[in-house]
Amino acid sequence: MSTATTTRNADPLTAGQLPGYTTWVALAGSLLVAGMIDASLLGGFDPGTTAFLGAVIFLPVAYLVARVVQGRRAAADRLATNLVTGAFLLALLPLLSLLWETLSQGLPRFDVTLFTWSMRNVIGDGGGAAHALYGTLYVTGIATLISVPIGLMTAIYLVEYGRGALARGITFFVDVMTGIPSIVAGLFAYALMAIVFGPGTINGFAGSLALSVLMIPIVVRATEELLRIVPNELREASYALGVPKWRTITSVVLPTAVSGIVSGVILSIARIIGETAPLMIAAGFTNSINTNPFANPMMTLPVFVYDQYAHPGVDRIFYNERAWAGALTLIVLVMVLNLLGRFIANRFSPKTGR
Amino acid sequence: MATVTQSTQEVTPSPSPERPGGPGRPLRRLGDRVFSGLSTGSGVAILVILAAVAGFLLMQAFPALTTSPEVLQAQGYGPFLSWILPFAWGTVWASFWALLMAVPVSIGIALFISHYAPRRLAAGLGYVIDLLAAVPSVVFGLWGSIVLAPAVQPLYLWLNTYLGWIPFFAGQPSGTGRTLLTAAIVLAVMILPIITSLSREVFLQTPMLHEEAALALGATRWEMITMAVLPFARAGIISAVMLGLGRALGETMAVAMVLSGAAVVHFQILTSQNPNTIAAVIAQNFPEAYGLKTNQLIAGGLVLFVITLLVNAGARLIISRYKEFSGAN
Amino acid sequence: MKISKLGAPVALIAAAALTLSACAANEPADPGTGTSGTAASSTLAGKGASSMSAAQQKWIADYQSAHSGVTINYSPDGSGAGREAFTSGAVQYAGSDRPFQDEEMGAGKFAGCTAESNALDLPVYISPIAVIFNVEGVDELKLDADTVAGIFAGTITKWNDEAIVATNPDAKLPDAAITAVHRSDDSGTTNNFTDYLHQAAPSVWSEEASDTFPAAFGGEAAKGTSAVVDAVSTGTNTIGYADASAAREVSHAQLQVGDEWLQPTAEAAAKVVDASETISGRSEHDLALTLNRKAEGAYPAVLVSYALVCEAYKDSATAELVKSFIGYVASAEGQQAAAEAAGSAPLSADMQAKVAAAVASIK
Repeated sequence: MSTATTTRNADPLTAGQLPGYTTWVALAGSLLVAGMIDASLLGGFDPGTTAFLGAVIFLPVAYLVARVVQGRRAAADRLATNLVTGAFLLALLPLLSLLWETLSQGLPRFDVTLFTWSMRNVIGDGGGAAHALYGTLYVTGIATLISVPIGLMTAIYLVEYGRGALARGITFFVDVMTGIPSIVAGLFAYALMAIVFGPGTINGFAGSLALSVLMIPIVVRATEELLRIVPNELREASYALGVPKWRTITSVVLPTAVSGIVSGVILSIARIIGETAPLMIAAGFTNSINTNPFANPMMTLPVFVYDQYAHPGVDRIFYNERAWAGALTLIVLVMVLNLLGRFIANRFSPKTGR
Repeated sequence: MATVTQSTQEVTPSPSPERPGGPGRPLRRLGDRVFSGLSTGSGVAILVILAAVAGFLLMQAFPALTTSPEVLQAQGYGPFLSWILPFAWGTVWASFWALLMAVPVSIGIALFISHYAPRRLAAGLGYVIDLLAAVPSVVFGLWGSIVLAPAVQPLYLWLNTYLGWIPFFAGQPSGTGRTLLTAAIVLAVMILPIITSLSREVFLQTPMLHEEAALALGATRWEMITMAVLPFARAGIISAVMLGLGRALGETMAVAMVLSGAAVVHFQILTSQNPNTIAAVIAQNFPEAYGLKTNQLIAGGLVLFVITLLVNAGARLIISRYKEFSGAN
Repeated sequence: MKISKLGAPVALIAAAALTLSACAANEPADPGTGTSGTAASSTLAGKGASSMSAAQQKWIADYQSAHSGVTINYSPDGSGAGREAFTSGAVQYAGSDRPFQDEEMGAGKFAGCTAESNALDLPVYISPIAVIFNVEGVDELKLDADTVAGIFAGTITKWNDEAIVATNPDAKLPDAAITAVHRSDDSGTTNNFTDYLHQAAPSVWSEEASDTFPAAFGGEAAKGTSAVVDAVSTGTNTIGYADASAAREVSHAQLQVGDEWLQPTAEAAAKVVDASETISGRSEHDLALTLNRKAEGAYPAVLVSYALVCEAYKDSATAELVKSFIGYVASAEGQQAAAEAAGSAPLSADMQAKVAAAVASIK
């Protein structure tokens, strides 16, 4: 072993080992050096530059120290550990920055007015996203009403009935469908409406259609998995009692999996509620509340955020504030749906005896 | 009866895809026929929807593909192929850089969660990364254009000054920071959770015996990963990367809000002139388009649809082959 | 068992959804005034230029407040979309950054107008286009037409170029590259700005005025006014052009006209319109203008937007509503309201009178 070459230590057990605090000492030292270089040579201390420079110094230093004391293989292992940990920390940067910006810029307008006012007759300060919230409620609600039956029944087909080429084909194309770019779904809804109802037909229902294209495969995937988990013993016990297959599915299989299905549906709503591009194309923009999904444009929350950012009036600050507040609302909404879905999945999941 | 007693003795809850209702089922009742008809119909409906997406897009794209180039030129966009080419290039080029950044990082994160982080923390850390997937793309767009672009602009100047001899970093760096590289960074952040969660799953499926055998032979943790985990997960990683690619190709709002796009084809990623992506061009121009321009944008959507379809189908084929392979073991 | 446990949260969500009866604090509860307006006469649809969208919002807000029961929708989808929608009869009026051209005009060409009616081009919105910049340590910038054209054409690439230093001897211009930002989308702002460059600096700016920025000149493209302003204000060493009203927080350059240096002010912009001639060969009340960008004391980069209406509408109730609304828009108070809300330049009293006469002639 390579340790033999470097061993001059009295204790054979810890020979060639670096103490546990080495990493932290090396890290602190690297950051200190980086900070000094940054402040003196690069003109002014900056936390970002220092962190980057510190990492650049730390990685080879840690490697070399380990190389000298522990040998090549252990040094490579240490380098890999540092890199892998670094990758995780690196991914946290955009997340933290994004959450921080959204909170700090969104909170000033995250008030009651945001939820009780629309943008009708509002110029400059004030106004809110009530119209967009209703729109999101309608559009997402209708999309859910379309997607859940189709998705659920397809999952039932795949699990309970499907066999052969058709089932394989459906499984394959459901997977492919999950990859449809959201904007293509929007274009589809627009094209459908243009052909059926004449060009330029833009309304909430078209938005729902676009979202359904995106949502159906997600629902199929989520529910199919859960139906497969339902133990076969339950089905067989039911058949043994002479219950027909469809009654078995509706009164044994589905109730067993219901919590998972509900949570799966909620999670898939969370996936599509933030879609912007398809709604921009299919559901359009408006400043007023529209409660009729079948006529006239309907505003939705993501489109509201984009609209406030991209089409500001004279006092941009108010529009930017509303955009960030809308973004904050959207993130909160998605997180609440995610947590609710996970909560239902955990709290009400069937006890499978494990 | 015999089958029932047998299966009740099987205590292990088998996730086998074996379907109920073996041979010798009783006669099918009306309810059964209706129900199976409904569920089969739903399955077929999905195929119909997918065909409808392609069909309606094709119908609306048709005028743009068949109208004479002179008329299209008068509409301001020009012949379809020469119009779409720079944007197709931009789509591929931005996705390439996004992958280049996202793949190593997300494999690192996946390894960190699956093999480095303390067990108790692992699930929580995974959820933290999933949070990134929960952020809507319009919020990424806001963040990218208002926060990220000005923040990375000095870095671009630095890259250009010291690494300008690399062709990608050459040219006159933009003063706004809204370059292809910024768009690629945002894309990388957005596809990170997908690649991470998929490869994490594959890493966790590595047979424990392989890992323990490697460790028992005196391998370090990193050697164990290169010997046991990564070879096992190779196909899984490739398909995860391709799914991430599919998402990057089709991502719309973030790119539309971050990138200062033009209709150019070149390799530089720091300059003011960046090739736009198909999805972003559609999003930026569709609300104000009319007449043939609408058709032309829809035709662009069709091209994007075909590209992503091919990428996703490829990824799924790899996954299904890989599943068969691992099932045989 | 499980279902009943699960029922509670589900019911809660359903109840929450039901209690959200559709109303907002600032919207009338009467559904007739919503966007799903029932009577055609009480709803007016407009479409067109995004440049005057802030002004339209203000006009609509004021008009709707004064005439409850009327709903006006203006979708800022762009001038081209507006002209097409008006021609096809999809909207009753359009906003456009340029008047109809001669070949687009003609009795009977407009689906919403009577067979013998032509369209009317009425200037209602004047906005100066500011050359905006963000250069560290520079607050004031004076540019002549050749220099502006050179910067946007990509022939002047450094801030310390001799041409810029010549007109700004006191400014601390950095030795840094210029990032010139232009509109990526079709826009009347680009059209008017390139028209100014082509008229004032034809030797540098060889391209004719057009809605799209000429691709040959390079530069950075940004989508929409707000993205241009954003790119310039958050970037470094940047320059761009945008409606002055939308770019208040960014520094504006002064442009040279004759021997004067002019800021993009409302007064200086309105002078362009007063000095311009109407296009000949049109009907008496058509006010389509050929802009004269060289008038003394007039800020040259000016955008004039028109309201496009019918001479005679098929539907008399629509005609009344258009007359009433556009009449308000062109009135002194309407112009003043837009100037406050959108930073536009009010029409001169003379022009207001002409538009008022034209509106009165609508049947």
